[in-house]
Amino acid sequence: MANRDRLPGTDGKGRYIGRFLIYLTLAVFAIWYLAPLYVVVSTSFKDLAEIRGGALLSLPHEFNVSAWHKAWSQACIGVECTGLKPYFINSISMSVPAVLISTFLGSITGYALTKYRFRGANIIFSLMLFGCFIPFQVVILPMAQTLGMLGIANTVNGLILVHVVYGLGFTTLFFRNYYVSIPDDLVKAATIDGAGFFRIYWRIMLPLSPPIIVVTIIWQFTQIWNDFLFGASFTTGGAQPLTVALNNLINTTTGVKHYNIDMAAALIAAAPTLFVYIVAGRYFVRGLTAGSVKG
Amino acid sequence: MLDRLAERLPQIVVAPSFLLILVFVYGFIIWTGYVSFTKSKMLPVYKLDGLRQYTRLFSMDRWDVAYSNLFVFASLFIIVAIIIGCLLAVLLDQHIRAEGALRTIYLYPMAISFIVTGTAWKWMLNPSLGLEAYFQSLGWESFSFNWIVDKDMSIYVVVIAAVWQASGFVMALFLSALRSVDQEIIKAAYLDGASNTRIYMGIILPSMRPVFLSAFVILSHLAIKSFDLVVALTGGGPGYASTLPANFMYEMTFRRNQIGIGAASAMMMLATVAAIMIPYLYSELRGKKNG
Repeated sequence: MANRDRLPGTDGKGRYIGRFLIYLTLAVFAIWYLAPLYVVVSTSFKDLAEIRGGALLSLPHEFNVSAWHKAWSQACIGVECTGLKPYFINSISMSVPAVLISTFLGSITGYALTKYRFRGANIIFSLMLFGCFIPFQVVILPMAQTLGMLGIANTVNGLILVHVVYGLGFTTLFFRNYYVSIPDDLVKAATIDGAGFFRIYWRIMLPLSPPIIVVTIIWQFTQIWNDFLFGASFTTGGAQPLTVALNNLINTTTGVKHYNIDMAAALIAAAPTLFVYIVAGRYFVRGLTAGSVKG
Repeated sequence: MLDRLAERLPQIVVAPSFLLILVFVYGFIIWTGYVSFTKSKMLPVYKLDGLRQYTRLFSMDRWDVAYSNLFVFASLFIIVAIIIGCLLAVLLDQHIRAEGALRTIYLYPMAISFIVTGTAWKWMLNPSLGLEAYFQSLGWESFSFNWIVDKDMSIYVVVIAAVWQASGFVMALFLSALRSVDQEIIKAAYLDGASNTRIYMGIILPSMRPVFLSAFVILSHLAIKSFDLVVALTGGGPGYASTLPANFMYEMTFRRNQIGIGAASAMMMLATVAAIMIPYLYSELRGKKNG
């Protein structure tokens, strides 16, 4: 709104008070959003005596990294005192393949659905789209049975399958909405030149796709890394992903509560997705909105 | 022969994804629906037993609490998140210095898992060591905020944490919509002497009706699926005062060996989602065809 400055009633004292109120409101909200992060970070560096002293909002007296160390390699999750490390590895070896497979399948499916509008393509897309929005509770039971039958119950591979299947709807949606805006003539011209389905995909569609690939990968990674429901339903013990292990660590009721270790553990679990958000926030936002607003 | 295969290639490529969805989504929904009409307890049995699981479900206080919690939680969560998101978007749209930094701050909770959010808020609201104790130790003796252990209030704690997590996302949604409003109309309104407030209330916000709708749909979808936040924040407690249907389903299915009731509650959740999503998706897809 470029010409606001010339408007009546927007200059003089009133304007300054107005601007001040705007900044004040924005700052108060910024504090509200940052407060939990601040509390968690500062608690993770305190020792237990200081925490019991009750000064929640004060900075730690001295930076004590032992809680981080313990959360990573010594804290007990259930009966295993291995720290979060093995579960972190579980989450990585689950997320990376699941993200890559679902992104690839989404991209080629989206391409086929938009550039070759065969009969039933719209119905297929609608059914896939609705699949994004079901409450997963409705598939958990049969999924548990199926994973058992396939012999991959309680394994990371089982979780990969689950995340690929239930991520497909979204990845297809992302790529479809993106490919719709690429002119069909491009594909037609290439077909006339004798290029086939895969050649066009490889030579024309993929080189145009990096932005949507980044958006999809970030979206999928955040979803899969942060998932709790599937992890809690289909795994126990050593195959658990990080979110489930974190929850077990924090909600253990036996022994002394080590709040500093809990907080360090929470930060370890949040670190990868926060890192992605800070490095590629622009794409992150685009993913959030791409799933919602008409493409 | 090879030519015909090549012609069918798009269908062949779509087939695996489509089959996966068909089996793992729609097949499984049918399976769950079927099981909800049987006597299944620890293991599924396939002999039909009518609506008994549903009558049992509806007679359980735990389900009653969970389902009415859903409406309390969802309506407050959606309304407050939309109000905050909308307010922040409008304020950020006023040529704010450091807009980028503020946006990053408002949106970061959306990147972390609900388990982490729950952990952080649980710690802050811990009555003996958290904010309450802190303000009391500063001399504000009467300060009290123990909702998290109060059975009438604990569901509102879930609302607070959920709004904290999702309102930045609503802000991002609205901000990008505000930026795409036709600037000519706004200029014309300014020239006519309309005030800033009137331009927002009278022109800009009404023109963003589709965004309100999207925000509503996404937030209600988030609300119905809410599970992890309750697990990490209140554990559904005190007692089962803050359980949501998703927690109920998990409890019945995996902890109490009541698969039949679990399936029935899952079907109720599906019906609730479908009542919102089907009209929305239908209008979205139709809109696309016409456009």
